[in-house]
Amino acid sequence: MGALQSLPDEPEYRDLSEKTGFSFEQIGILHKRFKQLSHNEDTLRRDDLNTIPDLSCNPIRTQIIEAFFDKRNFHQNGEGTVQEISFEEFLVVMSHFRPPALDMTEEQREIIRREKLRFLFNMHDTDNDGTITLEEYRHVVEELLSRSGALGKETAKGIADAAMLEVASISMGHMEPDEFYEGITFEHFLKILKDIEIETRMNIRFLNMDTTNLCKVNRAYPDCTSLTKYTDKLLESCLWFGFGLL
Amino acid sequence: TPSKPPGTECDGRDYPLALHSPTGSRSFLERGLLLLVMLIFLEGTVLTLGAASSPDISAQDNTGGGHDRRDDHRGIAGSHEHTNYTYTKKAFPVLSLDYHHIQVPFEISLWVLLASLMKLGFHLIPRLSSIVPESCLLIVVGLLVGGLIKLAGEEVPPVLDSNLFFLCLLPPIILDAGYFLPIRPFMENIGTILMFAVVGTLWNAFFVGGLLYAVCQIEGTYLSQVELLPCLLFGSIISAVDPVAVLAVFEEIHINELLHILVFGESLLNDAVTVVLYHLFEEYSGAGEVTPMDVVLGVICFLIVSLGGIAVGAIYGILAAFTSRFTSHTRVIEPLFVFVYSYMAYLSAEMFHLSGIMALIACGAVMRPYVEANISHKSHTTVKYFLKMWSSVSETLIFIFLGVATVAGPHAWNWTFVSVTVILCLVSRVIGVVGLTFIINKFRIVKLTTKDQFIVAYGGLRGAIAFSLGYLLDKDLFPMRTMFLTAIITEIFFTVFVQGMTIKPLVDLLAVKKKQEAKRSINEEIHTQFLDHLLTGIEDICGHYGHHHWKDKLNRFNKKYIKKCLIAGERYKEPQLIAFYHKMEFKQAIELVESGGGVKLPSAMPSQVSMQNIQPKKLPPAVAERALPQFTKGREEEIRKILRSNLQKTRQRLRSYNRHTLVADPFEDGWNDFLLKKQRMIELEKKMSNYLTVPAAPPDSPTMCRARLASDPNAFYNIKASSEGVPTIQVDLASPQSPDSVNMLNEFSKRGATDQGLGQREGATRDEDQGLMMKPSSAGKVEKGEEDGGNKNPGLMRCLSDPGPSNEDEEDEPFLP
Repeated sequence: MGALQSLPDEPEYRDLSEKTGFSFEQIGILHKRFKQLSHNEDTLRRDDLNTIPDLSCNPIRTQIIEAFFDKRNFHQNGEGTVQEISFEEFLVVMSHFRPPALDMTEEQREIIRREKLRFLFNMHDTDNDGTITLEEYRHVVEELLSRSGALGKETAKGIADAAMLEVASISMGHMEPDEFYEGITFEHFLKILKDIEIETRMNIRFLNMDTTNLCKVNRAYPDCTSLTKYTDKLLESCLWFGFGLL
Repeated sequence: TPSKPPGTECDGRDYPLALHSPTGSRSFLERGLLLLVMLIFLEGTVLTLGAASSPDISAQDNTGGGHDRRDDHRGIAGSHEHTNYTYTKKAFPVLSLDYHHIQVPFEISLWVLLASLMKLGFHLIPRLSSIVPESCLLIVVGLLVGGLIKLAGEEVPPVLDSNLFFLCLLPPIILDAGYFLPIRPFMENIGTILMFAVVGTLWNAFFVGGLLYAVCQIEGTYLSQVELLPCLLFGSIISAVDPVAVLAVFEEIHINELLHILVFGESLLNDAVTVVLYHLFEEYSGAGEVTPMDVVLGVICFLIVSLGGIAVGAIYGILAAFTSRFTSHTRVIEPLFVFVYSYMAYLSAEMFHLSGIMALIACGAVMRPYVEANISHKSHTTVKYFLKMWSSVSETLIFIFLGVATVAGPHAWNWTFVSVTVILCLVSRVIGVVGLTFIINKFRIVKLTTKDQFIVAYGGLRGAIAFSLGYLLDKDLFPMRTMFLTAIITEIFFTVFVQGMTIKPLVDLLAVKKKQEAKRSINEEIHTQFLDHLLTGIEDICGHYGHHHWKDKLNRFNKKYIKKCLIAGERYKEPQLIAFYHKMEFKQAIELVESGGGVKLPSAMPSQVSMQNIQPKKLPPAVAERALPQFTKGREEEIRKILRSNLQKTRQRLRSYNRHTLVADPFEDGWNDFLLKKQRMIELEKKMSNYLTVPAAPPDSPTMCRARLASDPNAFYNIKASSEGVPTIQVDLASPQSPDSVNMLNEFSKRGATDQGLGQREGATRDEDQGLMMKPSSAGKVEKGEEDGGNKNPGLMRCLSDPGPSNEDEEDEPFLP
């Protein structure tokens, strides 16, 4: 884990920067994180991501991790999944979450929009047939509600069905009873989410990430859960303090 | 927001408008009378209003000032007693006039009536409201009313009295804003909002104040007596963007959410800065010297005022949420807690000179999610309407009063001062916004464009808060108070009229993004949630503890502990998505009823698509068990109750009126009710059959089917038994799909066997289910109907078999796999 200043080789970074749009500094930070996650290997495996402690509480953890190993997200027109990814692929996936530039033309905005929505679409369309079927959609909602215990499962179905019906009615208009709505195509997906300003919302702040601190913390507490527990405790004590005031 | 204790009003005795100065003593006399007609908690309101609106009457009979009037009132009170003791001597007065007795409430009502009629009137003239903002029109009305009063030769009442304004008119508007604050965009932009509210307001205050002082020092302006501190005080009063004015104008231009929350959030949060600056400068104007120590104290004071206000608000908010946990038996007073706790929060904050506005905002925002989960749907509607009603009446009154106060005068017009003020305000606002955005944009993910900056700068309207603060100034300490007030009024008029009227065309001209009117769809909700988790996940992978990470933490903490404490029953377990889904179902169920059986659904998307269109062809065998969670039971009951009360409106009116419950409890009515229900059932079935047999009829919104489905009573009551009794729900009522009637009959007879077994235990509950039009429930009814000798099967069959294309493939398809 070299210091931030000693960037490995400039040309390689320049190459990556052109490809993904990240600045050198951002690439440096992400590279450090990559090395940390992969335990100084050149490639990253699913297990490396699976063991991130903070991620363990995320209801859609598996889908997020799968997205990193999905060839469709690498900008190479590939399909299927891979077992391990290099730093470049890691960066390419991350670049989907890059904030947009200040001055965009409408076309650029539309391109970015499609790109980001495509990423989401691919997360839902697990079998890569170009449509999100009812089964797939149900799976998404189930995953979303998977943290809410047993009661989530059945309701999830209801919600997914209602959502699917909505998509069908918005995109198809009238349907004969014997017609069958195959699933959400990407065009329909764009249509139903047109009110979500995805280009302004699907962003992560990549600068100002102080991973160095995190590394120290990680070394000090080998299992990062203690950190999580610590913050939880802090919040809890805040609450009791609040009630004490009452 | 500072407000004076009532007694200090006497300071302005030599001020022409302060004729009402001895209100303190007068109100004590009047209190006795008022107690008879007023509720205790309204007392404060009434007395302050009385203080404000009384003089125009008292001015008729006396111009001599306080002492005479006090005597006069004693006289009135005395004459009362006199009549009491001596009425035997006179003939008993059959009809007597005692205006003073009702004067105060009567005048309040008159003003409110005027305001409401004006609001009503503007919307009857279609063109007018699209060109001129309502706030402008109302000010004009106020000017006219004030002019009329003056023409009539009477003193114009000081209607925009600071006490009245800060204690009665402002809180409803702020509470409305706080309670319905869009938390998500607010929190996402909190950094920018705070920057504008704190740094921006400070900048404006010092820029305007400082430069005004510089201008005042120029020879020939006759303003050299104005010192620096009063100038700064004036700057701090005039620099704050006013939430009332902003709300009034921005609500009409339908700007996009980001800009709206930026300007509006700024106007709410700058209150703390204004309060502190105001008190600081007011204090030091007397002392004269400002040391660095004072500056430090000012900063500390700011922190205490803002954070203290938030803390007070949050405490009351939590109390309100906690109280609402236990109101399930006294639903009628539920909404009251929301209002009373909020008002208490405001008053408590004002008591310590903390920021009352911030307290109200915090209170409303904190209590809302929990209160909403606890109170009934009707109470929620009540809260919503009351808040909207109060805030809109308050707003109307404020603008009218602004106009009246302008006429009331006195004015000291100084061209230099006024014009410099207006120009400086504009310039400092523009510089402030552009400068701050330059800094903020370095940290923002979504940058603010030049257009955005323009709208933020141009939307900085000033309003009645500034006027009331100016009005509070001590005449003795600030001899230039009149000039300040004139300048403030001019600035308010300039911003409200010029900027308020031109902002709409400018927004159109610049093609600034507008707000989407469409309501949230379930897909959007799903994806909002999905995005939240996705971004949190990506942040965690990056190893970056950012915004999303902490939000996620807080959410989980909220779910784990706070909701458990503050939300009654099992509802606290309900994830947001499920809650949203239920809300949507609920809304649509009501829409269906209100639209009279669903012939014309007011849904945005009249859909021709039904469930079968999206079902995969091959389905797993019928799902026997649909163990929908128990917790929805209460919810469903609520839906049913509302539906029922809607369906039996006419009947309800005949029932005995109960002051403490809104819906007559169906259990109380016993046998009669059962008969009534049967009758209703027949009607329902007629409606249903109508609905289903009219070929072009079923424009059923997609989720409607779900609503019906989820409220399927079997899902809750027959969890096990339904596996045999109702193996699958075979028909989608909303689809023109025809089921095989014979099949259905078989089903019913099969079901009958189990139904008997299920027996009486369910009888009572089943009876309650008729509010909703669900097939299984009506099937259950058929059984009952037969037992009662009723003959409803044909009706039901008619209802279920409608002329639609039959599709054998999907015959066995369950409605919900």
